[in-house]
Amino acid sequence: MNWADRISPTVKSIPPSGIRRFFDIAAEMKGVISLGVGEPDFVTPWHIRESCIYGLNRGQTSYTSNAGLLELRAEIAKSLYNNYQVTYAPRSELLVTVGVSEGLDLAMRALLSPGDEVLIPEPCYVSYKSCVILAGGVAVTVPTTIENQFRITAKELELFVTPRTKVLLIGYPNNPTGAVMSRQDLADIALFATKHDLIVISDEIYAQLTYDGTHTCFSSLPGMMERTIVLNGFSKAYAMTGWRIGYAAAHADFIAAMTKIHQYTMLSAPIMGQLAAIEALKRGEKDVEQMTAEYNQRRRLILNGFRQMGLDCFEPKGAFYLFPSIKKTGLTSLQFAEQLLQAEKVALVPGDAFGDCGEGFVRCSYATSTANIKEALLRIERFATSIKGR
Amino acid sequence: MKELLDLLEKDFTQSPDELAIMLNKPAKEISALIAKFQSEQIIVKYQTIIDWEKAGVDKVTAVIEVKVTPQREVGFDAIAERIYRYPEVRSVYLMSGSYDLSVAVEGTTLREVADFVSTKLSTIDGVVSTTTNFMLKKYKYAGVIINDQEEKEHRLVVSP
Repeated sequence: MNWADRISPTVKSIPPSGIRRFFDIAAEMKGVISLGVGEPDFVTPWHIRESCIYGLNRGQTSYTSNAGLLELRAEIAKSLYNNYQVTYAPRSELLVTVGVSEGLDLAMRALLSPGDEVLIPEPCYVSYKSCVILAGGVAVTVPTTIENQFRITAKELELFVTPRTKVLLIGYPNNPTGAVMSRQDLADIALFATKHDLIVISDEIYAQLTYDGTHTCFSSLPGMMERTIVLNGFSKAYAMTGWRIGYAAAHADFIAAMTKIHQYTMLSAPIMGQLAAIEALKRGEKDVEQMTAEYNQRRRLILNGFRQMGLDCFEPKGAFYLFPSIKKTGLTSLQFAEQLLQAEKVALVPGDAFGDCGEGFVRCSYATSTANIKEALLRIERFATSIKGR
Repeated sequence: MKELLDLLEKDFTQSPDELAIMLNKPAKEISALIAKFQSEQIIVKYQTIIDWEKAGVDKVTAVIEVKVTPQREVGFDAIAERIYRYPEVRSVYLMSGSYDLSVAVEGTTLREVADFVSTKLSTIDGVVSTTTNFMLKKYKYAGVIINDQEEKEHRLVVSP
């Protein structure tokens, strides 16, 4: 019996993540310095971990309400208001999810009918396209370019919009490019969304890791509150990836629909993570400040390093990634990444893993110690020089 | 300025060039600032934290609670100075609470430290009493966890 034939054609149609293959090679090697990690190198601050332990000691091990602990939703509402002056009702307009990943899946499933199109600027996080396809939608990718610092414009989106377009999915600060969108950039997108009556899903997981200027929450733009689903969480800013706590903030109708799916498929996010998230919001501001300051120092260090090597690299203003062009080397992204790993044991991620227009680039995460960054830069430079000599 | 001091406090071996890149300032400005901090004694000293136990070197440390009679005009300062001038004394703090000075004394043997307390420290004019607490294990010092198991990398080598 060929059981593979029984797998749903939709699932079969989705290619495995381009990162996976690379991970298998790198994981086997010893002495690898990895710039390929998409999560903070900091451990969750101790007071946050301790609050979870306290909760466990008191026996807080149950389900929570489907939408998440009300205290957590209230804290999230407070923080959204304090940071972006957007007002969400904790009881009807917020849903605690298992990371942004679940939030994205819920949003897609809640919104899409078969054949509905979703505009996705690329390069983008690896799961965007797959989430759309799994929800029965059609992913329509829109390339962005280094010339425009990987920002998306209404003009570019206009080329891909059709009568079937229902959703625009954006993620800024961006993984993998580190690009950010200014308030003005986003205002243009808002006009575009209104013109075509689109729903905007805005993945803002890296919002607090913005190094130049301030982050604009998409729903804070005039008229966007009702047509935006904001997705955010605790993974990046609070170094809480493994806790799997995120949230969706949106119009009550959207949240009700998403909660319906969530209650049947997930029931609730784990209470331990929710308790930790409450502590993070109540007393974690200083930790975020400290970690952000350190990322910013590393960002300058790694950017300077790549520019010294003569590789084209725009300055990323958010997240913790650098997205240098390796076109000058004459290698493809995958060749560059594989040869670098073999020759110098530095792992990074080929840019095409994040969309076709990522070809010619590699993603370097600076969520690692300055010592590692310095050593990795030395090795990459040695590798780049050796290619030139070929 | 605080950011530079924070970086130096964490790791003073970084070169001014590197610090300049990380802080987005000209290297000359960073060098000048460091020189200024040193001359103004804002940067008091550059020191290394050593796990002597791991190095196989025996050391005995006692934290001594000292009650003293403060003196007219100089308060606690004169007695504190008479204590901190001894090289055996590693740190001296003026404390609020049930005693006045917290004095850390280091020696190679228990006897050595005990001798210092009984012959030197307790006999200083103005010292009323001492309570000696021997240190059993050092877990954290100057903000640094000794023998930290958490430093190890737990993350996947590559992740999205």
